[in-house]
Amino acid sequence: MSYDLKIAVVEADAGRSAEILQGLADGGWTDVVVLSETRALARRLSEIDPDLVLIDLANPSRDLLENLSAASGASTRPVAMFVDRSDDGMTGAAIKAGLSAYVVDGLKKDRIKPVLETAIARFRMISQMRSELDAAKLALAERKTIDRAKGLLMQAKGIGEDEAYSLLRRTAMDQNRKLTDVAQALITATELLQ
Amino acid sequence: MKNLTTLNCGYVPLVDSAPLVLAREMNFAAEEGINLQLLRQPSWSALRDLLALGHLDAAHILSPLPIAMSLGLGGLPAQVDALMVLSVNGNAIGVSTELADKMRAAGWSGRFTAPEETGRALIEAAGSPLRVGVPFPFSMHVELLHYWLGALGVDTDRCLDVRIVPPPLMAETLADGEIDAFCVGEPWGSMAVEAQAGELILPGASIWSFAPEKVLGVRHEWAEANPELTAALMRAVYRASHWLGQEGNLPLASEVLARSEHLDLPATVIDRALAGQIITRPRALGVHVPQFLCLHRGATNFPWRSQAAWIANGIARRHGLDPAAAIRRAKACFRADLYRANLSPIGADMPGASEKLEGAMQSPEAVSSTRGEMILGPDAFFDGQIFDPSAVS
Repeated sequence: MSYDLKIAVVEADAGRSAEILQGLADGGWTDVVVLSETRALARRLSEIDPDLVLIDLANPSRDLLENLSAASGASTRPVAMFVDRSDDGMTGAAIKAGLSAYVVDGLKKDRIKPVLETAIARFRMISQMRSELDAAKLALAERKTIDRAKGLLMQAKGIGEDEAYSLLRRTAMDQNRKLTDVAQALITATELLQ
Repeated sequence: MKNLTTLNCGYVPLVDSAPLVLAREMNFAAEEGINLQLLRQPSWSALRDLLALGHLDAAHILSPLPIAMSLGLGGLPAQVDALMVLSVNGNAIGVSTELADKMRAAGWSGRFTAPEETGRALIEAAGSPLRVGVPFPFSMHVELLHYWLGALGVDTDRCLDVRIVPPPLMAETLADGEIDAFCVGEPWGSMAVEAQAGELILPGASIWSFAPEKVLGVRHEWAEANPELTAALMRAVYRASHWLGQEGNLPLASEVLARSEHLDLPATVIDRALAGQIITRPRALGVHVPQFLCLHRGATNFPWRSQAAWIANGIARRHGLDPAAAIRRAKACFRADLYRANLSPIGADMPGASEKLEGAMQSPEAVSSTRGEMILGPDAFFDGQIFDPSAVS
């Protein structure tokens, strides 16, 4: 198998691009360029002229690559991998992992498949780590908000912590709102009244 | 409370996503038994892929995109149907402050709704090729630019360089000098003005006064397999559109859209498109543009097959496809049949036909309809052309 594919990775986060680079290097692909700037991305890509472009599904600059593939003379430009739906399983796996890939039309599938498998595995790992981190951060922020709101209630109404919490929860349920939203509203209102 | 059916609906945070956002937030969806999960998408290509692969059930989608997909152009080929039109018009064309100054120095009046004068001034001042940023290759933005500049004598194949720029980056791309002009949906034109990066020179509505902008898209097979859910979704979105058609509701609509989980931008900027009161340059007073963005008036929501035909005609000619064949396929995407079947029972007024001559109405006209209350138009093109889909060969 030949590994002489030129791969471009569009990724602003240095940590993530290092992960992807490492994954590809482990698989034997070393001709990899990382584009961390989305400015002038189309021009940079046409200069690099890669065989394959990997980009996060969540990257807003992805639409830029659509134009490369939609341009006439697509045989020399990256086109969407998803043009070929013969491998729905892999397309699905890529999407789940948050990866979109653009490959030059005419490249043989068996050359691309291993790259994508590697990239998918890496993206999956990264996106899992990211969502765990986000969830943890969010949970922490929400807990802080709720704790503050509880404190305000306890002070204002002279009630205990459990009672303050159940009052918040009951209000949230009555109003069909999230607990943190009710807590935040209380904090905002209190700040305004001070 | 009865059990709600969860429906995953993708959207791109723009003012014209209002019908879907309000369908959820004002409980129109819940009243139809739908838990409408709104999933904000970072790009049109991501939205398209997720819709085509079934990760999304429905989506707020650029009107030309289902047509391009059914013609096998760009990305995943899939049959996506437009159940109804979510919005008509709503784009604006802008240029850098520098270019606007140059146009003024050459005698441009600066009037916001003068497509011919402004087009000529832009062509004169910008040089060739004219680099214009748009959000996506298959979009009304691209169709309108080709139509406008083409009608003014520009060889758009050679002299129009369309660049794809994500809307939030439009202002800085203009400031960087990567593009001369842009055509973008609100609130991003107004945001470019706010950022003092540029000036708005023309509303899309001044090129075609009734251009279908976003549609409610679902996979064809999904609509076939879920007729009840499809009907319930259409009713919910229609009711939200009707609600948005009442002027008094617009301030609340912009407050809801402004929230962090949706557009996450100031309500005062979102207001401009909803009220048709556009501030074209920093510190200027608003210009009133009556049809800047239509969400309900003049049968906005009806998916005219002739609108699909107009879009297909433009795409086919630029991509070297047979226009007549493309028009046939495109017409099938715009589900006027489902619109009639699902919305007549709740009292929506229906036009007598599902096709019309596009561009024939210079002013509002009463037309025959099931309830006899329908007023259409204007739907004129700036150059007075009339598009008759049956005359395309």
